Amino acid sequence: MGAGVVGAAVARELSRFHLNCTLLEAGPDVGAGTSKAHTALLHTGFDAKPGTLEARLVRRGYELLSTYAPQAGIPLARIGALLVAWTPEQHRAFPRIVEDAHANGDVAIREVGVEELYRREPNLGPGAHGALDVPDEGIICPFTTPLAYATEAVLNGCELRRGVRVVGVERRNDGGFELQTTAGPIGTRFLVNAAGLYSDELDRLAGHSGFTITPRRGELIVYDKLSRPLLNHIVLAVPTATTKGVLVSPTVFGNLLVGPTAQDVQRKDDTSSTAEGLAYLLAEGKRILPQLAQHEVTAVYVGLRAATEHTDYQVTIHAAEGYACIGGIRSTGLSASLAIAEHVRTELGSAGLELRPKESAATVRMPNIGELSPRPYQQAGRIVCFCERVTLGEIEAALGSTIPPADLDGLRRRTRVLMGRCQGFYCGARVAALLQESAA
Amino acid sequence: MTDVIVVGGGPAGLACALELRQRGVSDVVVLDREERAGGIPRHCAHQGFGVRDLRRALSGPAYARRYVELAERAGVDIRTETMVTGWSRDGSLEVTAPESRESLCASAIVLATGCRERPRPARLVPGSRPEGVLTTGLLQQLVELRSPRIGTRAVIVGAEHVSFSALLALVHAGVKVAGMATELPRHQSLPGAALGAALCYRVPLWTRTVLTEIRGLPRVEEVELHDVSTGRTRAVACDTVVFTADWIPDHELSVTAGVDLDAGTRGPRVDTALRTAHAGLFAAGNLLQGAEPADVAALTGRHAAAAVARWLNQGDPWPDRVPVVCHPPLLWISPNAVSGATPPPRHRFALRSSAFLRRPEVQISQDDRVLWRGRLRKLVPGRSGHVQADWLRGVDLDGGQIGVSASGTY
Repeated sequence: MGAGVVGAAVARELSRFHLNCTLLEAGPDVGAGTSKAHTALLHTGFDAKPGTLEARLVRRGYELLSTYAPQAGIPLARIGALLVAWTPEQHRAFPRIVEDAHANGDVAIREVGVEELYRREPNLGPGAHGALDVPDEGIICPFTTPLAYATEAVLNGCELRRGVRVVGVERRNDGGFELQTTAGPIGTRFLVNAAGLYSDELDRLAGHSGFTITPRRGELIVYDKLSRPLLNHIVLAVPTATTKGVLVSPTVFGNLLVGPTAQDVQRKDDTSSTAEGLAYLLAEGKRILPQLAQHEVTAVYVGLRAATEHTDYQVTIHAAEGYACIGGIRSTGLSASLAIAEHVRTELGSAGLELRPKESAATVRMPNIGELSPRPYQQAGRIVCFCERVTLGEIEAALGSTIPPADLDGLRRRTRVLMGRCQGFYCGARVAALLQESAA
Repeated sequence: MTDVIVVGGGPAGLACALELRQRGVSDVVVLDREERAGGIPRHCAHQGFGVRDLRRALSGPAYARRYVELAERAGVDIRTETMVTGWSRDGSLEVTAPESRESLCASAIVLATGCRERPRPARLVPGSRPEGVLTTGLLQQLVELRSPRIGTRAVIVGAEHVSFSALLALVHAGVKVAGMATELPRHQSLPGAALGAALCYRVPLWTRTVLTEIRGLPRVEEVELHDVSTGRTRAVACDTVVFTADWIPDHELSVTAGVDLDAGTRGPRVDTALRTAHAGLFAAGNLLQGAEPADVAALTGRHAAAAVARWLNQGDPWPDRVPVVCHPPLLWISPNAVSGATPPPRHRFALRSSAFLRRPEVQISQDDRVLWRGRLRKLVPGRSGHVQADWLRGVDLDGGQIGVSASGTY
């Protein structure tokens, strides 16, 4: 249940075994909830709380995804992070952060002086007290990753059903579950809850109540590509108890992003940006990288982290029932996704799920939509989306892909159309017509 | 090597290419990334194009077709679906076409890449991110394609000429317009347009009003409007929001070329011959500033052609220039540099203000020396006022930057 980055990773993992597997998604698309709207970093896990499940899975997930991404065509660049202290107090936190990084599987980290910091980031705002260099931190494509997982799962026989919401979970007498869904009943022996923001509600439907999700809103601002030369690394803030703080980072698409804010909200669909949040991000961006103020904003987006009352991931395997609940996966979910899937698969195996590996399983090679390797327009082509240089061929390929887009947003995540600075001023009508034609 | 490559096949680019051929330049190529050349007017179904350049009144699409015909007939090589994506290290253009990717170089390059309206994110309007949030440019194309993405009840943000074009497009598509909102105390179009809108379509004009939030998912349900003078906030139901005007030049190739931009226009800084900072690189049309009417843009293209032809024939050294900068409430002046006595397009400088100014006194000075002082009838935000160019002779080309200021009542 749930085709976000975690659910899709679990489906991919299980599809490599002889199993009948179905991936249910209430929304219109894979990776269209929290998975699409975060800082798009591949975390080493250096700042996780040592000894937690999150620390272990992020570390393992980092290794797995670092190997998987290049094979699957997922844009990924380990450009490194500089965690900057802007106050003496933040500077005093460095020894603890370094200690944690060592405890979290010896993540490479080292303190650099102010002079080196400004040499490596000459456009950084004044007033830094020092920095920690975390060279293995990376940036990754948040759109391609869940799509790659889901596509691989589907190619290996997993059934993906989008627009299907689970409204009831009943236990069968012979073991297993009968799901009541908006598309009728579905029976299963084993059930995995990867419903993200809604994982607590489904957990209750399944008869448990391990945690409660309080959505934590994160607003982000994406700056014009012309700002990209201003920054070389991910610039992180010293984390606090509730958030990793506002960061400035390049994206794999060649923009800079600033964010996120962190605000608890009531509603799980409240992905609205706020005047206060945007003003705060503008000010933070200007403080950290003053020249940003001269650049145009290309996009504003908002994600909801699935925060709980607990500090760690809430992954529970109810072995006797054949039910796995994956809750409380917050901003590190993308980095940990493959390790979460591996963990759940192992645990389900111990719980009696028969895991016979397929002799040969399909692999995927996703179309490259990042700026880190050559893109189709650099060969030839009819460029439809000028700002993002998306060709007609890429759009047609996406419309005819294994998991075709259900709407414009889906097409955007697969190709980058409409993601650029004009937001459809030039090509919006044509792109909409292309989508409409393919649906007809 | 080609003589001249013009980047952008809108009115300015086509007029420039046409004029170059008429001046005897043999090899003129226009690169246009769209399926059809002609630029923005292709999608403007209303009348009123071509008065100042072609001496006739045409619809936007007819005007665009006319320029393509004229240019083709004059022997201009127009290549559509051909996009310049950047510059190679040697200064040639990197060009993607349907069947090719190549580097093109020319003795002179004219950038005529136009401008676009700032979309909602660039204006940092908070709220949800629903379907139904458009710019005029997108709206006009959706209407042309009879797209179902257009809704049934719209709010227009802005009250300039183009905002009334958006109104016409919406009415044409059968969309009810709830109102037009502008932060300014009055609209900025011609009296007739506003009166016509009020009378024919019963569209209220909400002045001193800012759109502060968009609500609804997956489609717009309402917008929040804030009255700046009373401080009151209210919600207006609608399923479509059209953000109009707030133009920004499409200056990517100018920036990546490394030429300096003007902080006011956000276009490349050009002298009165429309030369950028780089030898052989010219700019014309609404890349210089957002936005002039199509016929005015075309005339700047024609003007650039004269300088390009001179550059090709005589190869004069590329001149140094003195920047011209504006002081608030003035936003920009165009052209915005002086390098000699060449008069600007139409023998006048265009001047924009952020506020309504009645009978403003405009002063142009350099190093404490007044070059020109005079009164304009009025300045209206979003519309150009004009300053004659007879002060150019007084400029000290070795002096400091030239400043333009205006004082006047609102």
